[in-house]
Amino acid sequence: MDSLLIIVYIISSVSFIIGLKMLAHPETARQGNWVAAGGMGLAILGTIFLYQNEQGAFLHNKVWIFAGLLVGGAIGTVSAKKVQMTAMPEMVSLFNGMGGACAALISIAEFNHFASTDFTFQIHEAYQNADSIDEATLVLPVRMGIMVTVLIGLIIGSVSFAGSIIAWGKLNGKIPDKVFKGQHIVNLVILGLIVVLGATLLYNIYAQFVVSSGDIGTLSAVNLFNKIRIRLPLSVFVLFYIILLLALAYGVMFVLPIGGADMPVVISLLNSFTGVAAACGGFLYENNAMMTGGILVGAAGTLLTIMMCKAMNRSLKNVLIGAFGGSTVAAASGAEEQGSFKEISLADAAVVLGYANKVMIVPGYGLAVAQAQHACHELEKLLVERGVDVKYAIHPVAGRMPGHMNVLLAESDVAYEKLEEMEVANEAFPTTDVVLILGANDVVNPAAKTDPASPIYGMPILDVELAKTVIVNKRSMKPGYAGIENDLFFRPKTSMLFGDAKKVLQDLIAEIKNI
Amino acid sequence: MVNCPWSQHTNMQYTINWLAANQQTIYIVILMIFVGIEVIGRVPSVLHTPLMSGANAIHGVVVVGAIIVMGQADPDNIFALLLGFVAVVLGTLNVVGGFMVTDRMLEMFKGKRQKK
Repeated sequence: MDSLLIIVYIISSVSFIIGLKMLAHPETARQGNWVAAGGMGLAILGTIFLYQNEQGAFLHNKVWIFAGLLVGGAIGTVSAKKVQMTAMPEMVSLFNGMGGACAALISIAEFNHFASTDFTFQIHEAYQNADSIDEATLVLPVRMGIMVTVLIGLIIGSVSFAGSIIAWGKLNGKIPDKVFKGQHIVNLVILGLIVVLGATLLYNIYAQFVVSSGDIGTLSAVNLFNKIRIRLPLSVFVLFYIILLLALAYGVMFVLPIGGADMPVVISLLNSFTGVAAACGGFLYENNAMMTGGILVGAAGTLLTIMMCKAMNRSLKNVLIGAFGGSTVAAASGAEEQGSFKEISLADAAVVLGYANKVMIVPGYGLAVAQAQHACHELEKLLVERGVDVKYAIHPVAGRMPGHMNVLLAESDVAYEKLEEMEVANEAFPTTDVVLILGANDVVNPAAKTDPASPIYGMPILDVELAKTVIVNKRSMKPGYAGIENDLFFRPKTSMLFGDAKKVLQDLIAEIKNI
Repeated sequence: MVNCPWSQHTNMQYTINWLAANQQTIYIVILMIFVGIEVIGRVPSVLHTPLMSGANAIHGVVVVGAIIVMGQADPDNIFALLLGFVAVVLGTLNVVGGFMVTDRMLEMFKGKRQKK
């Protein structure tokens, strides 16, 4: 390999590490993103112009490569620029799926390349000048390690691709949660099949390279080559593509039963999967930039997944296997607890808010859907002018992704200090006059504390009930994203303010200006 | 990695030889796992989403593999060319889209800070 390319890859690897580190701190995050992007650009250009294979040949088909970069870059840029703030999590999932698919395609290409090699010819080439071959030194181009890597890259890449597409569909509401009895067993069977077929495939390849020792002995080279006939049988190809299909099926089945509210965790997990798949490509080409980048994301992504689970006070196993699948259970338990709720008029809500000392706003996904963040900031400013102490209580998993609310509110220039994390907010609720819940549901559901049968039992919530009054803005009484009834809406302290968050907030602002 | 299956080596020796031949790779894997975990150690939950998105863009380095596939494909082999081309497009989508989305997320944090 060109020594300049080695240096390029070292710089790229270091920039990935530094970029990721900077991304983890609020002040440096944005630069960190560009540091990593710079390293990526360097790695891509370096590969195109400096990469040489074992025979010292440079890459050809450069027109195709640049065409691919151009097409991908254009689509990526346009879709990333156009996407709505609310749809960003979906977008991340989609891009992740593309990476997974890319890894899987690399494996398919490498498999075909390997399988179409004339191995007999390779051996012949290597020993063409030898009169006789010593059995102990004879080297056959088995390359088992490469085949294992290709298979792992194929399986993980495909699972990541299929899973990400399902996660994308779920987040934008195109794909409903689907659970059937024994789904976990079906998943385990698919996984088992993949392992068994993978082992069979490897054995079938290996078997082609086994030459009984009697065939070799002290035979002359010419005679030896007549004995060795290495051709990969059709079964190897069939098995390979069956494994591809099974891996895709597994990706679908793996994500399908998991509830939409848990999608961030799933996307994060698939993200780290794709990292591992990319690292497989790194092993394949002995490419250190791919290896470091892939493993880095694999490790960091796994840790991030666990941290997200912790923020919801649930284990990864619980998210993946327990799932939010118990929608029927939740509906049943919700039905019996249902009581009556009371509505509050806009004028009353305006008075309650306008004359409060301390108001806490709890934003949720509904706020993002209604694009009401600016109206929300308007209301906050208006209340502050009236001398009301206004803060935002941010649940770590409010919205569709951790940090979703922070990003959304930051977009409308809400000051960073106004955002309180869950622990701080929970301490502040007892001294709060009014809690205004805007399109949040599961993160304030008391069932997480009181009802062990609830799918969200154990998740830390915002204790809005400690405040004197709770006003809930929702579009209707329909249960939240996780499909769970919320007891909070039926509590005596709670009043409901129905309507689209943006419209309601604008009307509230007008009303408060009038009092 | 290239070894003859019928040599006198036992499986144990084979494993040890494999480890020795790939020790550099093994070191990279182990160290990178620790670096990955260490680097995002105490990240505030605010940054979970942008960080995930940034990491998502970094594993787009898989596009390097796609470029190598493409660049080594036989120009007469339409299947290989097409496969490589699609792989390059998808990989680039992952990279460009990933970094762009991350930047858009983080832009909002920055805009607010400048005004203060």
